[in-house]
Amino acid sequence: MHTTADEPTTTPNVGLFVTCLVDLFRPQIGFAAVRLIEDAGCTVDVPMAQTCCGQPAYNSGDRKDARAIAENTIRAFEGFDYVVAPSGSCAGMLKKHYPRLFADDPAWKERAEAFASRVHELVSFLADVMGVEKVSASHATTATYHDSCSGLRELGIAAQPRALLGSVEGLTLNEMPDSDVCCGFGGTFCVKYSDISNAIVEKKTAAIEESGADMLLAGDLGCLMNMAGKLKRQGSRVEARHVAEVLAGMTDGAPIGGRG
Amino acid sequence: MQITSPNFKQNAVQALQDAQLQKAMGNVRAGFIDKRRKAADALPEFEALRDAARDIKDHTLAHLDLYLEAYEKKVTEAGGHVHWAETAEDARRIILDICRMQNAKTVTKGKSMITEEIALNDFLALAGIEAVETDLGEYIIQLRGEHPSHIIAPAVHVNKDQVEADFRRVHDYLAPNRDLSEPESLLDEARRVLRAKYFEADVGITGANFLVAETGSSVIVTNEGNGDLTQMLPRVHVVVASIEKIVPTLNDVGQILRVLARSATGQDMSVYTTFSTGPRRRGDPDGPEQYHVILLDNGRSSMLGTEFQDMLRCIRCGACMNHCPVYHAVGGHAYGWVYPGPMGAVLTPSLVGVDKSGHLPNASTFCGRCESVCPMRIPLPKMMRSWREREFERGLNPATQRYGLKLWAAFAKRPRLYKFATSLAIPALSLFGGRKKRFSALPFAGGWTRFRDLPAPERRTFMQQWRQGAAVSRRGPT
Ligand code: SF4
Repeated sequence: MHTTADEPTTTPNVGLFVTCLVDLFRPQIGFAAVRLIEDAGCTVDVPMAQTCCGQPAYNSGDRKDARAIAENTIRAFEGFDYVVAPSGSCAGMLKKHYPRLFADDPAWKERAEAFASRVHELVSFLADVMGVEKVSASHATTATYHDSCSGLRELGIAAQPRALLGSVEGLTLNEMPDSDVCCGFGGTFCVKYSDISNAIVEKKTAAIEESGADMLLAGDLGCLMNMAGKLKRQGSRVEARHVAEVLAGMTDGAPIGGRG
Repeated sequence: MQITSPNFKQNAVQALQDAQLQKAMGNVRAGFIDKRRKAADALPEFEALRDAARDIKDHTLAHLDLYLEAYEKKVTEAGGHVHWAETAEDARRIILDICRMQNAKTVTKGKSMITEEIALNDFLALAGIEAVETDLGEYIIQLRGEHPSHIIAPAVHVNKDQVEADFRRVHDYLAPNRDLSEPESLLDEARRVLRAKYFEADVGITGANFLVAETGSSVIVTNEGNGDLTQMLPRVHVVVASIEKIVPTLNDVGQILRVLARSATGQDMSVYTTFSTGPRRRGDPDGPEQYHVILLDNGRSSMLGTEFQDMLRCIRCGACMNHCPVYHAVGGHAYGWVYPGPMGAVLTPSLVGVDKSGHLPNASTFCGRCESVCPMRIPLPKMMRSWREREFERGLNPATQRYGLKLWAAFAKRPRLYKFATSLAIPALSLFGGRKKRFSALPFAGGWTRFRDLPAPERRTFMQQWRQGAAVSRRGPT
């Protein structure tokens, strides 16, 4: 891995926010993140006191539980130079919404803001903070990239993953139509309004097939599970993976939702 | 208008099965989005104009009482009348009184969402007064006995063949060989009928895109010119507008107009932008003899000073619904009241009560595209979340959802318990997943597996593997 950033005087110490979906459903993304962050010249640790960023509670209007979860998370990650999450949606929650949760509590608000200022989504951390321009991975395939909503609109992630994917040897990016349109996942939306969610993801899988790519990539496991689950149900051959897996060269195992 | 918002889910399922509607919604996706983007890209200062538009409205809302009073004074000076209506009922009554004074049998109407909000047409019909919509889209849905499904394109859910059938049904004198296959021929036929109505009408009713405090003017923008005929030809012009339509000066109108049409239809400007100030003056060649403005509150003042105040910046451009994946999927009628899409999901609970608007604020993936295109930079997802919080506090969510959420939160708040529980559950789930590494049906996950497979988890959670030093290196198995 090559970096353009000036050599830091001390090695940055990164706390990895694993995200509950990665923890429970696809640990490989967590390990890929560790590898990428270490290769960018940081040390990584994973605080055990984390669970979930609290979005299910927050987006369902349960502010109290969301706050309790946020307090835990903030405590668990105090002392790290950076907090990095392999998910635009969770990073957006930690960075943009935690301070809002404590709007009426000055002491906690300050803590939440200090915490938020150190939070980054994985790919934008590598590109924007650590100045990574290239990765050493190779994978011969044609891939298409889905812009997950929170990463794109809350954190401005669009160019970074495409640039880094462009440095993967053998990989060709085929853009799908409307790559920036929601896949219909939306956290609990996809089960509360499963009919609507299905209609939205059907448009997405049609766009994915139209791209002609063999692999679907995105930066959020929630969206990926939604799209991969629909692709599999439709009998599609397109394989789904998290961007970090490809960037870290960890593409030997089965894709999300299995093969075939 | 009857509220069916609490049935949003059932409405949505019906809409998803309506093949014709689905086709029409495809046109929304294809039509509006590119046009808006092109118009925005062609104007380098577009983003700065959005900021300016937001600031103008924020300033106005902070001094709303002063500007409304100044406006009333100017209207009166110009010879017009201002009527204050607190509720929809008040507004209807005032309008009816004005119509009765004229012995009105027929009134023409320009397109106006606010008269939909107060269900004016049905009310006037009960009083024996025929209200004729003059905007082509509104005219079509009036023929069909429907309500608008979009705030700027009311008949966007209807296709050409349906319109032709409706015309032939209602205009029953049409010769069978009369060609109505083109939009132009339909427009000609509508114009022919409407022309007579314009001259018949005793009162013309329009909405207002803006009210200008500086001059006492009301402003409408249209593409068909029907609004001008509606307000010029009858003896009496009635403007119905909600209180937040006010802006301080003509210059402010000019600034906001620059983002309005671009956001709505991708035009630089609407074809007609008409300013009306009072009734006809001596020496004027035309114009109404009387000019009335109904200033409607209908719940808006209770939004001031709350987390929903920003919603009052809305200029009804429709960009939020044009870009909303949920609106694209279900169309406007599913939302169950006058205002559809993301703006409706915020405005409907504000105006009719969150207890009567079902789960409208929940019917969003929070993808944020609405906010990213809103010319007034209204934080729509944030306000939907505020509604969700109020619903949750009042226990309006279904019990199963509440308990499910509480149970999940009980674990999420306790990391050690969470790790223990997941370290037992995940391996078990993984075993079920079998060799295919996915589920096509799971007893407790029907909402997911009805339409999608569920990717199966690995044997051990990340946390388990990390704690046990993950094979040889912490960088995971290679
Ligand atoms: S909320 Fe914004 S985008 Fe939607 S109609 Fe109002 S001004 Fe337009």
